[in-house]
Amino acid sequence: MSGTHDDHAHHHREPESILSLRVRALESLLVEKKLVASEAVDRIVGAYEQDIGPHNGAKVVARAWVDPGYRERLLADGTAAIEELGFGGVDLQVVENIPGVHNLVVCTLCSCYPHALIGLPPVWYKSFEYRSRAVREPRVVLREFGVDLPESTEIRIWDSSAELRYLVLPERPAGTERLSEAELATLVTRDSMIGVAVVQPPTAAAR
Amino acid sequence: MEPAPNREIADMAGAAALPRKNGELVFDEAWQGRIFGMTVAMSHEACFEWREFQAQLIAEIAHAEREGESTSYYERWLHAFEQLLADKGLLDSGALVERTRDFENGRRDDVF
Repeated sequence: MSGTHDDHAHHHREPESILSLRVRALESLLVEKKLVASEAVDRIVGAYEQDIGPHNGAKVVARAWVDPGYRERLLADGTAAIEELGFGGVDLQVVENIPGVHNLVVCTLCSCYPHALIGLPPVWYKSFEYRSRAVREPRVVLREFGVDLPESTEIRIWDSSAELRYLVLPERPAGTERLSEAELATLVTRDSMIGVAVVQPPTAAAR
Repeated sequence: MEPAPNREIADMAGAAALPRKNGELVFDEAWQGRIFGMTVAMSHEACFEWREFQAQLIAEIAHAEREGESTSYYERWLHAFEQLLADKGLLDSGALVERTRDFENGRRDDVF
């Protein structure tokens, strides 16, 4: 993100830390020697901040929440629907959480995961414990993640493979009717797209 | 288009692993992003191999932990980066001290 460092240079802000000054001095020297271009640094920071992480998946979810037609296409053919938004490289099935049905994604054999949409798998996703227990006792595992489902809620387990990855379409939280698609996307967490969390409404402090 | 993140960098394991929150990279302050970006940029330009930097970073972290220093991850990264550049003859540490002073007392104020 190119804008994040701009407020550095203004004089009216609080004193800059010595580390920040040193890094600026370093960049200044390396740019002078033509060893580094500041634009390249901007691009790299932006790419790593945005491309690795759940941003892409969050955009898909938010679009499905605001656009019923897109939601239908996404559930019918996930692979084609994410290509509409410019994401791809993965055969994807999207599974929707609805009242009474909760979906949970696991890869029992290894750690297949829709990287293109939600970044890198967390350590626990790759652990033997999660891979075995998610299937055997999903309700207990979910409770450990802080998701306490009523006994009447059916839990569906989706076992990913190298050929087919799964993404959970979480339920849109109540009280978000006035939020824009972009604002909705910021609510969607990685864990909610794996199925080990539900999407929380924005807190008063964040609004 | 943006350069695609390199898995060799993104997936560093153990003590060298990049700080993340909810899977995303975390830069608590802007300078942390700048030093990260400069390091990746120079490895793209083949000033050094990524694994050379990674080895330096691991050594720096081990050193800091041995000495019981409470420095942050990216502060250690900065030390490792400076050391690697010095070893490669790409950075004069005296010039860096002087340039830092120039920024500190306002003689310079380049915008990055």
